[in-house]
Formats: sequence, C-alpha cells, structure tokens
Amino acid sequence: MKRTSTLLLALGLAACAPRPAEPTVLTVMTHDSFAASEPVVQAFEQQTGAHLQFLPSGDAGTALNRAILAREQPLADVFYGVDNTFLSRALDEDIFEAYNSPMLEAIPAFFDLDPTHRALPVDYGDVCLNYDRSYFDAHALPVPDRLEDLADPAYHGLLVVENPATSSPGLAFLLATIGHFGEDGYLDYWRALRENDVLVVNDWEAAYNGEFSGASALGTRPLVVSYGSSPPFEVIYADPPVSEPGTDAITADDTCFRQIEFVGILKGTAHRRLAQQWIDFMLSVAFQEDMPLQMFVFPVNPQAKLDPVFEAFMAVPAHPAQVEAQAIAAHREQWIEAWTEVVLR
Amino acid sequence: MDRGVDGSRPPVRRKVTRGETRSSLATGALWIGPLAFLAVFFFYPLASILSASFARSPAGAWGTWAEVFGRASFPRLLGFTFGQALASTGLTLLLGLPAAYLVGRYAFRGRSLLLALTAIPFVMPTVVVAAAFTALLGPRGWINLVLMQVLHLEAPPISFLHTLTAILVAHVFYNTTIVVRLVGDFWSHLDPRQAQAAQVLGAGRLYALRTVTLPLLLPAMAAASVLVFLFDFTSFGVILLLGGPRFSTLEVEIYTQTVGLLNLPVAATLALIQLACTLALSAAYTTLARRVSRPLAVQPRRIAQQPLLRARPRWAAAVVASALAAFLLAPLGALALRSVTRLDPERGETSFPTPAITLAYYKALGENPRQSIFHAAPATAIGVSLAYASLTVVLSLALGMPAAWALARRPDDFLSRLVDPLLLLPLGTSAVTLGLGFTLALAVPPFDLRASPVLVPLAHTLVAFPFVVRSLLPPLRSLQPRLRQAASVLGATPFRILRTIDLPLVARALLLAAAFAFTISLGEFGATTILARPEYPTVPVAIYRYLSRPGALNYGQALAMSTLLMMVCAGAMLAFEKFRIGEQREF
Repeated sequence: MKRTSTLLLALGLAACAPRPAEPTVLTVMTHDSFAASEPVVQAFEQQTGAHLQFLPSGDAGTALNRAILAREQPLADVFYGVDNTFLSRALDEDIFEAYNSPMLEAIPAFFDLDPTHRALPVDYGDVCLNYDRSYFDAHALPVPDRLEDLADPAYHGLLVVENPATSSPGLAFLLATIGHFGEDGYLDYWRALRENDVLVVNDWEAAYNGEFSGASALGTRPLVVSYGSSPPFEVIYADPPVSEPGTDAITADDTCFRQIEFVGILKGTAHRRLAQQWIDFMLSVAFQEDMPLQMFVFPVNPQAKLDPVFEAFMAVPAHPAQVEAQAIAAHREQWIEAWTEVVLR
Repeated sequence: MDRGVDGSRPPVRRKVTRGETRSSLATGALWIGPLAFLAVFFFYPLASILSASFARSPAGAWGTWAEVFGRASFPRLLGFTFGQALASTGLTLLLGLPAAYLVGRYAFRGRSLLLALTAIPFVMPTVVVAAAFTALLGPRGWINLVLMQVLHLEAPPISFLHTLTAILVAHVFYNTTIVVRLVGDFWSHLDPRQAQAAQVLGAGRLYALRTVTLPLLLPAMAAASVLVFLFDFTSFGVILLLGGPRFSTLEVEIYTQTVGLLNLPVAATLALIQLACTLALSAAYTTLARRVSRPLAVQPRRIAQQPLLRARPRWAAAVVASALAAFLLAPLGALALRSVTRLDPERGETSFPTPAITLAYYKALGENPRQSIFHAAPATAIGVSLAYASLTVVLSLALGMPAAWALARRPDDFLSRLVDPLLLLPLGTSAVTLGLGFTLALAVPPFDLRASPVLVPLAHTLVAFPFVVRSLLPPLRSLQPRLRQAASVLGATPFRILRTIDLPLVARALLLAAAFAFTISLGEFGATTILARPEYPTVPVAIYRYLSRPGALNYGQALAMSTLLMMVCAGAMLAFEKFRIGEQREF
C-alpha cells in the first residue's frame, strides 16, 4: 500500500508541474518484457552514483515506434530491445549513436551484426519447434527433425504456429522457412503445411497455452512453434515440481531461427558517458547471468554461466536458419503479405 | 428548445430575450473544461501522430490513400468490421433488454449481486477472457471433455475457438452490462402508470410495451446501442485472440501495420477511416437522440419498481436472471476454478486430468524469488489500479457533468450541435495510435509529461468521458422543464436549481456514470501498457506479465491475479450499489 500512496503523491506532483529531471537519472527505454533483479540494478547504481529509470513502452514493435517517433526529442538515453528482424529499420532511422564498447571483444562475432556499432548485441533466443514428449512416445511416432517432415501426412493436424503478422515467434518461424527453402520455395512449403492442416493462431500465448498439448493440458496439438528455452522453464516454473520437462525442443539444423536483441545509445542524450557505462554493464557477466531467469533470454557473453537447469534441458541449435538483417528489413512486409495470401485466405 | 410531451416543437419561435442570451453564455462556459481537455489530450496528440505518420509516407499522403483503397482486401476488411459489430450489438440487445427490464422494473433479492456480476466481464483483459473461453470451450475445455466422456467420442465435438461465433459470444459477454445498466437504470424511473393506463384502455401487454414503453425507453436504448456498437466496432483483443488470424478489423489492422510492419502511413490512413466512421455514426446517433428524448414524469424507484409477487413474473424473472448469470459465470467460474486447481494431466490424451485444490498460485503471487525489480505484489497492483480508477472517476465526472448538462439544457445551440458528435470520438481511436500520439505530443513543452504517471488516468479518462456523458444525458434530458421554470419563477438562482432540482434527480445516473468510469479504468490494458511506469503496475499489466511466460506456475498466477481482479471489481460494484440504497433524497 506504501507504493499506492507514493503514486498518489507522484500524481499530485505531476498534476502541478513536471519535475525537472535530475542530472544523474539515466533513462532506459525498453519493451515490456524487460526485467532485471534488484541487486543487479543496485550494483550499477552504487557503482556510478546514478539513478536508473526504466521506461517500458509496450511490445517490441510499439517501443521501437515510440523511439523512432521521438527521435527529435528523445524520451530516454538508451534504448534496449530492438531485435535482428527490426535492426535494419532502426539503423536506417538513425536513432542511435555509435559506441564501440570494449566489452564487445568478448562477444562472438556472429552476434555482432552491426559493423558501425550503433546497435550492440545483448542477448539471444532461438525460436524452435517444441513437442509433447508423451504424445510421440505413446504413438510411437518419430520426432520430426527436418522442416520437410512437417508436411508429411504422418504429422497431419499436429502442428500449431503463430501468425507472423502479429507475433514475433511467428515471424521468426516464417524466416526459418525462408532461410531453409529460399524466397522461391517457402510459399510452396507453406501450401503443403496448409494441406497438412497446420493451425495458425495470433499469438504465442494462444498457441502454447491454448492449443499445444504439452504445456497447460488445454490443447490437443503436440507440435508448437516456441523457444529453445521453453523446456527448462517447464521445469523451473512447474507446479507441482517435476524433475524433467514434458516437452522438448527440436534443434536440428535449419529448423530454428535465432532472435538477437540489441541495445543502443539514443541520439541526443545528455548523459553519454553514463549511457556507455550502462551498456558496458549490460554486457558484463553480472547482468548477463541475471537475464535468463528474468527475461527468458540468453547471454551473448560466453563468460556468463547458466543455471544448471538450463545446462540440463536447454537445447541450443548449432546451425539455425540464416536470413540477412538487410533482406528482412527490405522484404518483411512483402513476405508476410504473400504468406497471408497463401496460408490464411 | 424544450418540447412538449408529444415531442412536437413549440409552434411559434419566440424572440431571444436577454435572459436567454445570458444563459446561453453560461452554457458556453460549461464547455470550457471539457473542450480544453479534449483539445490537449485528444485532438492534439491525435493530430501529432497522424501528421507525423503521413510525413513519413514515401508516396505522399495521397499515395497512401490510393494504396489503402486499392487493396483487394480493403472492402472485406471494412465490411467485416461493420458486420460483426452490427451482429454483436443486436445479440447484446437481445440478451441485455430482458435483463434490463428485470432490474429496472422489479425489486428483488440478489438484484445488486446480478448487477455487480454483469460488470465483471467489463474489467477483464481480453487475454484473460480468451484463456477463460479456452478453459471452458477449447479443444480440451471442460465442456468438450464432458461431452467426449458422456458420448464416447474420439475428438472434441465443439469447435469454438477461432470462429465467428467466438467473436460474437465474447462481445455479448463483454458488453451486456452496458445495456443492462443504462437501459435498466432509465427503466427504473419510468412511470409504470402510463403503460398501465394503456392496458386499462384495452391495449394488450405487448401493444402497450411497443407503443408506450419502448418509445419512452428509446433514448437510453440508443445510447446503450451506440456505445456497444463502438466497442465492437473497434474491438481488438477479442478479434485477435478468439477470432484468430482469419478475421481482421480496422483496429487489428492498425495494430498490425504499426507494430508488426512499422508502416505508420498506412496505419494512420486506417486510423482516419475508423475515425470518420465513428464520427458519421455518432452524428447520426446524436441527431436521433435529440429527436427521441422527451421530458418525462420521472418516478422514484419505490414507485416504478414492484416486488416479484405473482407466479408468472417470478418464473420469468428466474429464467432471465439465471440465463444471464450462467452465461457470465461459466467462463468466469472456469477461470476462478482453474486458479485454485492444480492439474496433473496425462499429457496428449483425452481423458480427464486429475485435479487437486491448491492455493499455491495465490501464495506465489506475493513472492518474488528472483528479486525482480518489476515484481508486482497483488496489494501493490490492486492499490495502483484503484488509485488510477478513482482518479479516472473524478476526472471524467468533472468533465462529463458540465458537458452533459450543457447538452441537456441547450441541445439546439450551435456549440452543442457541433460538439455532441465529437464527444464519442475517443471511443473510435485505437489504443496504439493514441499511445504513440501521447508520446509525440505530451513529451515536449508546453505539455511535458513524458514519463509522468498521470498519463495513465488521462488516457483512461478519454475512454470514460463519453460513457459519463451518455449515462447522464438520457435522465437529464427527461427532466420536466416545468420544474426548473417554476423554481426560476420563484426566484431560485441557476446554481440553486442545479443543486436542488437537477442533481437529486440524476444522482443515480451519476453513480452509474462513476461505476462505468471506474470499471473502464480498472480493465484498460492497451494504452496502459504503453504509458504505465514499471513502479506502478496495474492489475491487467501484472496479469499479462505472468501470462506471457511459459510454465504452469506462471499460468496459475495469471489466473489467480485475474480472480483477484474479479473480486475487486465485484466488491467495488456492490459498494456503488450500497451507495445508492443509502441515498435518501430520492425523488
């Protein structure tokens, strides 16, 4: 209740006059999936004497729109949460200042997609097919290990995917099929999936909790597009506790798509030095080790250690499907519209 | 000007007296607050985002218009948006009107509870309602499981999710409360003796209903219909989550273009089309509303309402009340039940999961094992939601009361005719458009509110304000002008007339308006998620955080939080009802 009275006080103050920002407040704009733990945030604040203010601004697309629209009068000093499907757009809009962080040295080159260092990689997650283990056991059905398998009549009516126009894992899976079958082949593949009774829903929640049989017991389909990290979370957030997940991820070559999220210093910041310190901090082991259990994404810094549950149950694809960030920016709309025409109409 | 009871105009136009000029000026002054608010917090942000969006169009604004209208899918999009809204509104009236009759005409035990129950769906975020319908009617929902068990079926017999039926049912589920409350409240003031007189003179019950009662109810019915229609017309979450990818409305398309494709020019074009449709509709409605409203002999509830004494009305009432309660309670109950049930499913099979009762999800809500900075303890989230809701009530009443009063007193003023249709526009504006507009317009001087927590109740007030005006107008317009005139002749000042004649008569409508504003704020998600500060999470934002994560515990916590929201809403609505009963000065 204490927070309620603080809020009322803040509302009262805000109604009277906007308070001038104190010089030591660093504002970090994010999407609404951002989270961090109290001790980690405090560590940065103590280290620098600054105060961090986070500004969640809706889902990833909305937040990026906000940052782009406010380019002339930036709302924050740092923006976190643009992914590789939006990266080129953010760079074209020129909202970031370059920063060649010394921390980048430790980070594998395949994460570092922006040679101008305006957007720096922070975390990644693989969008992969997940399956309900008991279904495949009970029906003595081999688990598919190529995208082509999903069009096989043996898997008729088993798969649920998300709409790429409304869902980011949905878009990632569409990109995986484009990476694998090429621009000329992916639509034929989706026609075959449609023949094979693929179910499309609009968001991850509806697919995973509503239609997939492996998670909430409400669905009937044993194959779903989710994340490579979903199985360990079925253990970590199980209720009642379980020793191993009822689901598993398929990580065969060319079946997953890797989402990488970036951070950047917003043009026009008045706290450039502090913003650099925050970015270095985000790439440091302390923050990187904190991310998986807060945000369900994985560190790009190889020195960061993972919780044993992840070591045991997380599947990381060796060769996710590849699509260039520039190609995504250039063709995103056209690919999604062609897909909609073939799969939904 | 004021009309006779039969709705005809006074035959002779009188000269405008000096007194009337002064009163016209006073009416104009009433508009200052509401218009200033709309100008700064609605039209200015809207104009900013629309012009910024069109400025980004490579083909120029006209090129974008040509592109949008040229799309093969556009007529279908527009047709479906209108069609589903029309069908949903019709069905909502079909269920809502009998219930409005029941709560309007009869005093019975459980009336307050029934009214509180109808308000609960209104505050439920669509993600939760989608989860509730999935738990009830999904492929492995309770109903399908029971049918499969009883009828020995291999596959679930009912396919409900991702159909047009799901969209319509969810819309009726959400909006029935608007009809029940607005029409029911108005009905409870109608003098039943008029219809009784018609029956004494030989009219059948239905004939009396059709020729006497329904015409008198028309203002309230029109207000309820237009609000329901606009909610359905701009429906987002229901279409997206329950309708699925095969269905799209203007609002869904605006969101997809903005967020999924970053195509702001097309989004702005669609937003303008949606606004134009809203404006056309509300212009038609406000013209109609001015024509059909007439002064009535308003009666206190103890005269207008009768107890359920005879067997036939008792039976009819029982049928209506239980049908409504079952329809609303089934999905909500499925949710609440799931929040205290731990399922140990035999995965992939179609048998019954074995349930066990648990309070683990509620207990876990208060814990923050990962020490997240954004953890929202239930007490905090509820406190923040209540604070925002209370502020929304205060703001929207402060703005809505003068607006409604000005509209009721001088409906034919130039200003009234001009502004009336504009008041509904915030309901036709997509949350993402408005959220981005706030970002652009309210983050720079002279209105630098960038990360201020006050943005959230301001955005809520924009949605609540039209509801407040529409709730207050029908009863205000039905006041007998003779009462005011008599008071004026006897020397009462305008303020005294307001206080002693108008206010007591519309006190109940004020509570109704406050209840609407309260529930709108409590359930709002779209704009809140863009504008809310992480330190001050609302309950819907907290629910969404849990629901967007994998794992049974997160899912259970989302449902537990939703159940808490239901209880808070029901409690608040019952408190509002209590407030009414304690009101002694009823006319």
